[in-house]
Amino acid sequence: MKILVCLKQVPAKDAPVKVASDGANAGKWIRDDVGYETNEPDAYALEEALRQKEAHGGEVVALTVGPARAAQVLREALAKGADRAVHVLGDDLAALDSYAAAEAISRAIAGQGFDLIFTGLQSADFGFGQTGVVLAELLGIPHSTIIMQVEPIAGGVRVKRELEGGFFQFQELPTPAVLTIQSGINKLRYATLMGIKQAKSKPLAQVTAADLGVTPALNRQAIQRLYVPVKTKKTEMLTGAAAQVAGQLAARLKNDLRVI
Amino acid sequence: MADEILVVAESRNQQLAPSTAEVVTAAQKLAADTGAELRLLALEGPAEDLCAALAGFQSAGVLRARHEALAAYSPEAYTQALVQVLSRRQPRYVLFAHSYRTRDFAPRLATRMGRAFISDVTAVRVENGRTIASRPMFEGRLAADTVFLGEPPYFLSVQIGVFRGDQAARAAAPVAVSDEGVTPAAGPGKTEAPFQEAKHAVDLTQAAVIVAVGRGIKEAKNLELAQKLAAALGGEIAASRPICDSGWLPMDRQVGSSGQTVAPKLYVAVGVSGAIQHLVGMKGSRAVVAINKDPEAPIFEVADVGAVGDLFEIVPALTAEIEKLRQG
Ligand SMILES: Cc1cc2nc3c(=O)[nH]c(=O)nc-3n(C[C@H](O)[C@H](O)[C@H](O)COP(=O)(O)OP(=O)(O)OC[C@H]3O[C@@H](n4cnc5c(N)ncnc54)[C@H](O)[C@@H]3O)c2cc1C
Repeated sequence: MKILVCLKQVPAKDAPVKVASDGANAGKWIRDDVGYETNEPDAYALEEALRQKEAHGGEVVALTVGPARAAQVLREALAKGADRAVHVLGDDLAALDSYAAAEAISRAIAGQGFDLIFTGLQSADFGFGQTGVVLAELLGIPHSTIIMQVEPIAGGVRVKRELEGGFFQFQELPTPAVLTIQSGINKLRYATLMGIKQAKSKPLAQVTAADLGVTPALNRQAIQRLYVPVKTKKTEMLTGAAAQVAGQLAARLKNDLRVI
Repeated sequence: MADEILVVAESRNQQLAPSTAEVVTAAQKLAADTGAELRLLALEGPAEDLCAALAGFQSAGVLRARHEALAAYSPEAYTQALVQVLSRRQPRYVLFAHSYRTRDFAPRLATRMGRAFISDVTAVRVENGRTIASRPMFEGRLAADTVFLGEPPYFLSVQIGVFRGDQAARAAAPVAVSDEGVTPAAGPGKTEAPFQEAKHAVDLTQAAVIVAVGRGIKEAKNLELAQKLAAALGGEIAASRPICDSGWLPMDRQVGSSGQTVAPKLYVAVGVSGAIQHLVGMKGSRAVVAINKDPEAPIFEVADVGAVGDLFEIVPALTAEIEKLRQG
């Protein structure tokens, strides 16, 4: 099976969130101290692709759409076992909406004949949760979302979809198909030293988004302003030394909440 | 283009999903703000009747799109049926609940119609003729005002739990139902009936006190800290999804949209950031205490008392204090 995995580089989970309040960048995220990592569900998507290949043979291709720094997610994917990588490159690509990102992916892989395309179910930064489904529509192939299990069957795949409230559902789809993968579908591996070494000689192709005709001008929605959500609830905040905070908290639990 | 707002109802087990009432509340407000007419649309199989329930809400009309291919959900049949209805009616807005089902078909629908779909919206307003949708970013640590760049229809999904379904205005008498003929084809593939994994071994819904741990706990071996706190409080241990994904606790201790929904007397969130998928599972708790080192963590928005600091210091100290109070 030939599997494409779409990976996005996103700000690290503990990245500080600061928004510029004035000047030309007003309402934009100040990214100076921000570190980056692979979007978590995408890491699970990669792991699933590698496991499918190990069990059934085939090829795993990792793809990202993003600025130069995003190459790191591809290097990690190659080190974990992807066979080759494609970087759709451009400085302004962090501003793409799901539709434009899906356009970039569909154009970059035109004619490559993947049996399965995996994406994470949503990104930790924008959280649109749409890129995989839009991609399926652009490619004119079926999709299934929030997937917790993948099993090849004749002519297609049998997948386990997560539903709300602890429910699941099995679905059979013909391939080619797009699957959006949910975190927790498998256990992630670490790259080995050997893998990191081998990754250096694996092909990492670059194509510029401009060459594919993709720029933020394709966007169908735009962020006008970013802000830190205004707190509406009056939370009593306890700060200070841990012992003091613990003492105050215990007193509240006893006197007000009456659980002690 | 008609000045119309369409709400696409969602069914669950042949009945109206509770989230639909929430979307109606949001849509009634948008209708009042824009003067557009609100209509409620049901996609139904031949044996289903969502319209009777929809007719109870105040609206300008209920629309029934009924077809065999809609009896079981498939993204392709939903997309085709909605393309047919929307091409005829040309509404300005189309609203959904931000449910798993909407996530599955709405991006396809909007793309097929060449339009934008703004997902997970918490508020909509119109300013100088421009529709602005607020939505969370970065797992709720940021919010973004987002605008549509193209033409209507504007597709929006409303975050579940933001608007109150019980505040949807009811109609004095049932609203008239009219038929919208649709001829969708079922998509490729085969879908089986939903099922629940094993029956929950622990029923967190009955617990009076819950101590929930999140990724802030760092390692499986540190769970003991939270377990001791739970024991001191006579409560159950629970967790955010990543803890269960890692196998540190069984999945039946997961709280949230894909886990259990709980409403204990006291919910103590330890190292949980408070992503919306977690919050929907515990917002109904009588009292919430959050311990987190990040004063901006969204969990504090639902907390009555927030302790800002390192859980590795606060939790053991708190456990000791509680034990002291219990003895004293
Ligand atoms: C479709 C879907 C369904 C989902 N269903 C669920 C669900 O049912 N339940 C659920 O929980 N999630 C669910 N999620 C995941 C959810 O979006 C979040 O990713 C998850 O809840 C985050 O878990 P967390 O708060 O433990 O981790 P993080 O977001 O990583 O937060 C860790 C927190 O710990 C704090 N911290 C770190 N170190 C310390 C320390 N030493 N002392 C004090 N605080 C510290 C940090 O400040 C941070 O706030 C779902 C996601 C999707 C897309």
